[in-house]
Amino acid sequence: MSGFWSMGGYARYVWPCFGFAGVVLGWNLWAARRLLAAAKLRTRRTLEMAMATAKVSGETP
Amino acid sequence: MWTWFYKLASPPYVYGVAAAFMPWFLGLALLAVGYGLIGGLVFAPPDYQQGDAFRIIYVHVPSAWMSEFIYTIMAVAGAIALIWRIKMGHAVAAASAPIGASMTLLALVTGSMWGKPMWGTYWAWDPRLTSELILLFLYVAVMSLRSAFEDPARGDRAAALLSVVGVVNIPIIKYSVVWWNSLHQAATVAKFGKPSIVGSMLWPLLSMFLGFMLFYGAVLCMRLQGEVLNRERQSAWVREAIKS
Repeated sequence: MSGFWSMGGYARYVWPCFGFAGVVLGWNLWAARRLLAAAKLRTRRTLEMAMATAKVSGETP
Repeated sequence: MWTWFYKLASPPYVYGVAAAFMPWFLGLALLAVGYGLIGGLVFAPPDYQQGDAFRIIYVHVPSAWMSEFIYTIMAVAGAIALIWRIKMGHAVAAASAPIGASMTLLALVTGSMWGKPMWGTYWAWDPRLTSELILLFLYVAVMSLRSAFEDPARGDRAAALLSVVGVVNIPIIKYSVVWWNSLHQAATVAKFGKPSIVGSMLWPLLSMFLGFMLFYGAVLCMRLQGEVLNRERQSAWVREAIKS
């Protein structure tokens, strides 16, 4: 098992690469989810504002 | 075929397709990457010259391929948006750029980490490395240009134009190891005839590549939904979609 982790003496090069790959893939998922959540929130607010304005003026949004 | 192409110009259709495909892409990506990791890290034998350091290819090669593939998608989407004035082309390009930039960074960092034990240096101004670095700069330039204009439509057009012009760098990256003297090894998998890599090393690599492709599909679907919502916020269909 220790042979697996030592990667034939190249552990200090191999594992950081896989770690960084995990960070990059994780960041992509996190950033995309955040973008989508922010876009949904902004759209909801726009809709709420439109409904509030319509309520004041007595129109259907 | 053309009906499907025209459908892709419709924001509600794109939003619906992206929402439906995203979980499938993500699930299959996890499976493919899982198989690739186990096959590449556990079952593939050490390389006769590079030892276990060769295992870096399981993240380096798929990310390098993806960096070029995503840029090509971005340029094609930009060209479609410029020629046929299809707004969804700009949305696809905008959603792809950060993913492509991160893949390019991953390819550069992992290549550099492989270079130290194999070449004795983290970096050399080699044609392949330099053209890949230029690709990263192109991604950053495209993203910066898109957000540099007050009018988003002008930003979209400028970014699309730069993407199309910059696509000339893709064949330069691909053939840099053929055209010039390069430290970087020549094509091992994607070459005419038989790949010069044994099956037990090749299959996990192809699985990682498939996994990265599917992962790009999943993240693209998520980002695309966000882009469509941001661009179509005032549309009636968006209001209905959000209400429901």
